[in-house]
Amino acid sequence: MCQDCGCSDFPEEMVKIHVHDHSHDHDHPHPHNHEHPHDHHHEHIALDRDRRTITISQSILSQNDRLAERNRGYFIAKGISVLNVLSSPGAGKTALLERTMTELRDCLKSAIIVGDLATDNDAQRLRRSGAEVIQITTGSVCHLEAEMIAKALQQMHLDGVKLLAIENVGNLVCPAAYDLGENLRVVLFSVTEGEDKPLKYPVMFKTADIVLISKIDLAEVVEFNRELALHNIRQIAPQAKILEVSAKTGLGMQDWCQLLQQSLNSLEAIGDNI
Amino acid sequence: MHEVSIIQSMLDLAFDRALSQGANHIHQLSLRVGAISGVVPEALQFAFDSCTVGTIASDAKLEIEWVKAICYCPQCHAEFTPDDWVYVCPRCEHLTHEIRQGRELQLVSLEVS
Repeated sequence: MCQDCGCSDFPEEMVKIHVHDHSHDHDHPHPHNHEHPHDHHHEHIALDRDRRTITISQSILSQNDRLAERNRGYFIAKGISVLNVLSSPGAGKTALLERTMTELRDCLKSAIIVGDLATDNDAQRLRRSGAEVIQITTGSVCHLEAEMIAKALQQMHLDGVKLLAIENVGNLVCPAAYDLGENLRVVLFSVTEGEDKPLKYPVMFKTADIVLISKIDLAEVVEFNRELALHNIRQIAPQAKILEVSAKTGLGMQDWCQLLQQSLNSLEAIGDNI
Repeated sequence: MHEVSIIQSMLDLAFDRALSQGANHIHQLSLRVGAISGVVPEALQFAFDSCTVGTIASDAKLEIEWVKAICYCPQCHAEFTPDDWVYVCPRCEHLTHEIRQGRELQLVSLEVS
């Protein structure tokens, strides 16, 4: 307790900024009352009696989660299966989606939302598939959020669309925490990235419904250890379905497209029960 | 570096609640952060220091309670604390993805005046 003015019990971190330029006297009995001179200056952050605690107990991402649920409700009502496609930069998200939408073009109408920090290069590539494409440029934001998706949806013409792919910003860390309202989370990693990618980014892989090993046509060239990669995925993400694909040669694309069709069918079953 | 977004969301929530209750100074914010929430405490602190400059929380302390992961084994019908990122049941060695605790990213309370 400061003997000069009576201020007391500062939390530890505030003690550091509570600088006295005067010396302290030792404790002494103080039975009498008189005015204390108060000619020194130091800041009172707050007196204890003014302080109070407000209990909040709320998720910091609750606003994003609410908006994501709203997006999800909208998608279910419209019967649209939505993929949140995630990977590190250069794993082949755009190539995969371009090929996927091209292959599915004759049997279902699809659309794509693509997020990047800058440029609309990916959107231009994806438009070649015939799908409607909206580009979100996030500036410095390293992930997509549910609100960005809600805004993009306002600009889209989704009547008749059955499949919406959201190509997230290339990043295996930050987008993991942000629900966008998708019904399938697809995490890609390419054979050129190494078999231990799931071990390095466990938080992301643990959220995956599907893990795609991409650029499988290059596996031999880069001496990709397939068994080790599969083992690593199963250790970290036992819930995930695993597929191996090449957007270049088309290997595995049929299985992948079938999986998408199945997810659409199960979504329609959910919609029928609402 | 989504910790900046996280902190900004947290501060929006905190300022809103503090001001609505007549407070004009935040002294402390208490968070619960799960081990698999995907955020790094040091990065949260760094973002907090940057985002609070010039605000009613400019000299506030950020207190972080670290919440460990707890998994559930559907075969043993029991919870367990994993040793690492491979969630293998210590009883039956079943690999599980059922997480009971550890994703928290929660603003618990504010100390204000």
